[in-house]
Amino acid sequence: MISLTEYLILGGILFSIGVAGIFLNRKNVIILLMCIELMLLAVNMNFIAFSHFLEDPTGQVFVFFILTVAAAEAAIGLAILVVLFRARQTINVDDLDALKG
Amino acid sequence: MGFERFLFYFFALIVVVAAAMVVTRRNPVHAVLYLVLAFVGSAALWMLLEAEFLAIALVLVYVGAVMVLFLFVVMMLDIDVAAMRAHFIRYLPLGLLIAAIMLAEIVLVVAGPHAFGLEHLARPEAHPADYSNTAELGMVLYTFYMYPFEIAAVILLVAIVAAIRLTLRRRPDTKYEDPAKQVQVRKGPDRVRVVKVPVEPRVVTEKGEASPAAGGVEAE
Repeated sequence: MISLTEYLILGGILFSIGVAGIFLNRKNVIILLMCIELMLLAVNMNFIAFSHFLEDPTGQVFVFFILTVAAAEAAIGLAILVVLFRARQTINVDDLDALKG
Repeated sequence: MGFERFLFYFFALIVVVAAAMVVTRRNPVHAVLYLVLAFVGSAALWMLLEAEFLAIALVLVYVGAVMVLFLFVVMMLDIDVAAMRAHFIRYLPLGLLIAAIMLAEIVLVVAGPHAFGLEHLARPEAHPADYSNTAELGMVLYTFYMYPFEIAAVILLVAIVAAIRLTLRRRPDTKYEDPAKQVQVRKGPDRVRVVKVPVEPRVVTEKGEASPAAGGVEAE
């Protein structure tokens, strides 16, 4: 039998990989978005594991909402990316310094 | 080592390896495909946790829609991969260090002396064969979480409108219709215009055939 700890550690590993990916691929906005998806997946894994072991469907409802918001975020993020590429011909984060931030 | 344990470790290994591939691949298309693999492996793990509806929703919504959208955008944009990877090695130690620290913290919290092991938190009884995860989720979603559910619908609508408006592009050579002008058209003078055309005289040629006047073209 698998305990809750193993699911939580798996979620932790996934989340850490997502964080490492944000550091490694900090030039490429598309990979950054994919790393965010990976981190959300880790969170969803924890929610579902707790939902199962506590026998409470509320955790699954939360995952449902997280999926909804993540889909909206991906759609708007990719739309911004397309507009950005049209305007600047690049999605390199280093080239996007028009605001001098 | 039961079969369920074998399945858990098998899919967990697939998910972790695929996730590691996502952040290290040079080609963004490969990264997207590995992310799809990670999602499918996660769906299998969610099946083990008896969350069937969400497992299928993950495959349908995420793999079927969001990841295909990612793939579209990755293939549509002409990305200079070499420039993107310029400082990959430079950021590698820092990224690995922070990820390792975070992982160590999580493991210390989760697998400490009071871990959520089976002796502390027993695995619940398996549901009977006629149990419907979808029905149970729907019962909760449409009663206690009705307002959040509707807000989620509005969020999706906002995402649709925002994505369409952002990517809408006015090209000078494209012909557009103005619906406001279309519905303002009145039946009489705007739609039908009666034009008075003079009757062309018929001329008879030598062969006796009646043909329209050759002067028709010249008359213009």
